[in-house]
Amino acid sequence: MSLEQFKNRNVGTQNYVKLDLDHAPTDAWSQFKQVVKRTFQPELFVGLGVTLREMMNSLFRGKSHTTQYPFEKLPVSPRYRAIHDMLRLMESGNYRCIGCGLCEKICISDCISMETKYDENQRKEVSEYTINFGRCIFCGYCAEVCPELAIVHGGRYENASEQRASFSLFEDLLTPIDQLNLQQEYAGFGAISPNADENIKSTPLAY
Amino acid sequence: MSEVQIVDNMIDITIDGVEYKAKEGEYILNAARANEVFIPAICYLTRCSPTLACRICLVEADGKQVYACNSKVKEGMSITVDTPDILAERRAMMEVYDVNHPLQCGVCDQSGECELQNYTLELQVDSQSYSIPDTKRETTTWSSVLHYDPGLCIVCERCTTICKDMIGDAAITTAKRGGEALDKSWKDNMPKDAYAMWNKLQKSVIAPSNGTDSTDCSDCGECISVCPVGALVSRDFVYTSNAWDLKRIPAVSAHSSDGFAIYYETKPAGIEDRSEKIFRVTNEWNFVSLDGAARFGYDFENKGVAKDETAFNSAVEAVKKAETIRFNSLISNEEALMLQTLKEKTGVKLYNPEVRPFQKFLNLYSVASGASLYNGTTDTALKCDFAVSVGGALRNDSPGLKYAFNNIQKMNKGAALYFHPVGDKLIPTFGKTVEMFTHKAGLEEATLYLLLDLFADKDKLPSDTRDYLASFGENELLNLLGANAEEFTAAFPKMMKKKENFVLMVGEDYYGHAKAENLVKLIVLLEESAGFQVVMNPPKSNALGVALICDLDDEASGYTVGYNENGDFKLSALGTGDLDMPAMNQQEGTFTTLSKRVVPTNVALEYNGYVLNDIMAKVMDAPRETIDWTEHLPLEKGYQAIAFDDLLNTYDNAGRDNRGYLLKVTYEDVEVANADKFDVADALEGDIVYRANPPRQFNDFSDKAHQIFEAFGLYASPERAETLGSKAEILFKNGKIIVDVLVDTKMEGDIVALSDFKSAENVYELFGASRYQEVTIRKG
Repeated sequence: MSLEQFKNRNVGTQNYVKLDLDHAPTDAWSQFKQVVKRTFQPELFVGLGVTLREMMNSLFRGKSHTTQYPFEKLPVSPRYRAIHDMLRLMESGNYRCIGCGLCEKICISDCISMETKYDENQRKEVSEYTINFGRCIFCGYCAEVCPELAIVHGGRYENASEQRASFSLFEDLLTPIDQLNLQQEYAGFGAISPNADENIKSTPLAY
Repeated sequence: MSEVQIVDNMIDITIDGVEYKAKEGEYILNAARANEVFIPAICYLTRCSPTLACRICLVEADGKQVYACNSKVKEGMSITVDTPDILAERRAMMEVYDVNHPLQCGVCDQSGECELQNYTLELQVDSQSYSIPDTKRETTTWSSVLHYDPGLCIVCERCTTICKDMIGDAAITTAKRGGEALDKSWKDNMPKDAYAMWNKLQKSVIAPSNGTDSTDCSDCGECISVCPVGALVSRDFVYTSNAWDLKRIPAVSAHSSDGFAIYYETKPAGIEDRSEKIFRVTNEWNFVSLDGAARFGYDFENKGVAKDETAFNSAVEAVKKAETIRFNSLISNEEALMLQTLKEKTGVKLYNPEVRPFQKFLNLYSVASGASLYNGTTDTALKCDFAVSVGGALRNDSPGLKYAFNNIQKMNKGAALYFHPVGDKLIPTFGKTVEMFTHKAGLEEATLYLLLDLFADKDKLPSDTRDYLASFGENELLNLLGANAEEFTAAFPKMMKKKENFVLMVGEDYYGHAKAENLVKLIVLLEESAGFQVVMNPPKSNALGVALICDLDDEASGYTVGYNENGDFKLSALGTGDLDMPAMNQQEGTFTTLSKRVVPTNVALEYNGYVLNDIMAKVMDAPRETIDWTEHLPLEKGYQAIAFDDLLNTYDNAGRDNRGYLLKVTYEDVEVANADKFDVADALEGDIVYRANPPRQFNDFSDKAHQIFEAFGLYASPERAETLGSKAEILFKNGKIIVDVLVDTKMEGDIVALSDFKSAENVYELFGASRYQEVTIRKG
């Protein structure tokens, strides 16, 4: 984006187009006439009609818009940043996290901490992982930096707790294995762009 | 831009149109680096021979394409780093390196400190033109510490080069990969050097050179540190931490007397335990090579110590009433100065059997030579072309000197003589012109007489010594020292060809020798008449510092306070004493290294207990901090009045050691004395035990480290071990010890080596000053 428009600091010298507005009433009588005219427009009754209809809907037809929180909850936007989730691979059920440590590094409130080790399959295994939600500011950097879309923001936004700080461990964040079929692909902060394929250069492969 | 050290023979060169000064005969790459000009290079190691594996240091010199790592600068040479052709070559090379390189940078232990990644970005490789089917390469472990992932390996051969040219073990080499051959069409369709590099890369991986799956080496881990990618990692470190999480603390290795510059790399131990833990040790591998103890013997800290006031008060009482303080060489200069100051105030005896013989030897040396200290250092030894080692088991005692001894053969087209009663299978492999003399213990004087005979300008010798030398028959000394006289006399002129700089490495055997005074005289004669540079290997850690600072006593008596040693009251950094002390990685201070350099070390790990200075503050005047003592180190011994915080701890781009400062050596004119005659009857016969530790073991602290596996015991050559069985009882004149018999496959001959690194075993008491004892060995 060009910065031209930000560099133009001659505000006020442009040719503004003025709207053709009515003149404001000057004496008390014309002011009173304006108030009466504006108040008793037919739109008033249209509005009252809507209210009456919705009252009928709500009372007699069972069509209420009120959500019975906390018994009912509205869905949140995928871009909303609430308590983190750790996703699994759909195919194998393994967790996606590779233990690269980028989330730990980028975390500006330094609330992510992890331990990794060399496992029996010669892979890097995350042996411990924790987020201190007492310090987390839900900035979303961890989800954005994650190269595997493993750590993402979920929809759990209720953070009230009896303790001031609450730590979450890897298992708490991980999709329960029996609910793997319910796991949603993350569409929010840090998800790959819809046109990602266009930006990839192909590499020759001999086999 | 840093200033280039101006020495003789400086010449002018031009790099990319800018004029620079360079040392004559230097490689272009090194000259550029000394002037802080960047030339890309992967496979070159500063103190090793050019490998020519990576070829990316291609530059144009006077219109011709040359490799900067193996072409020497010439007067008036004009060098261009980047030409379009060269850039195309380099880009092709980096693309080739990226072919089939696993895309696992996210988990790789190199974590961003990767030279492959750096150069790929530097050369802006954003597409790939080459391809070939990959070969399955299995991850292996080569030893108790080495972990190799050939999938990540770019076969730059830095590991094999350092192992051969510096370490001397030559334990790894390139091996067949079994990869598919390159399509011939590439030859015409890609830059020439890149094709040649790829052709070789596609054929090789790195493997142990002995043809088995495991390396037979000293486990120094230097190959790990030079690896530009994450292919070589220590087994303990694999996938435990990203490099960026680690805090680097410049320090000095606490074990051998080399005082290697290291970095302790720390971060919180884990989620539950937030206290700092050392995860690994790294080094400036272009300028310093570590031994296994320095690299892996790092977790010897005294953990979880709090201030125990009652123990502290009784320690103060103990120090007040002590008649003797017993300590070893694992102590900083500052602590040594505290003890010396205490001795001056209260007359307490300072007992240190590890250092005392060395101190006496140094005193004898300065009397005989007029120099306050020996004249060589490891750095100057590296520039020599003829090395002679006497009185030390180079492989066990002194990694730094072993590296120099080997490097001289590989880099300076050198030759070497190695005199020692214990045969060594490794030393002769350093070069074709390395001669090993396995002589009888007790004939150390004869070795020096032989050296005088071989090297000395006879006119410069005092008349008595000259006559005595002449009195030996032809080959008499050679035969006496167990050499094949005919072969040696035939080979020697070849060894001496074009040799100019000679270095004599003196080991610990000489210090406690019964004829030490005569040995010193002979060493001085060698210096005077044959121009030998002399380096003495202080026995362990800070022995030189203790020898210079403390006025040690020969005997201990009365109530003894032991500092990391046995005593009636024990101050211990091992956590086993009556009062806890900080270990070397928990305290700051300075060390005096083999190279006569006073180097600072810093605190890596937390320590909340009392330190020696606290005790000193109660018994005499002491400043607030331990490091406040640094500027008071004795000037008359060559130390300088520089505050601890003003000491540098770096190497510069040209590899110059800027750590701390060098001790000042003073010279006086003295008359060179005649040496005494020796007695063939001094040779020891029968079962002989030698006091020596296995490589990587130096003291209780290296033993405490979890990656040092070498056990306490009686080391023997495989043949000798077979006759001894699994346990042996050794009867000394003043005691006995029962130990396990362990095999050292690199030992030769019948002499066995008893470890001394466990202070609780009191091996020093059994041996006395001498490192050799005639004993009776029984099956245990």
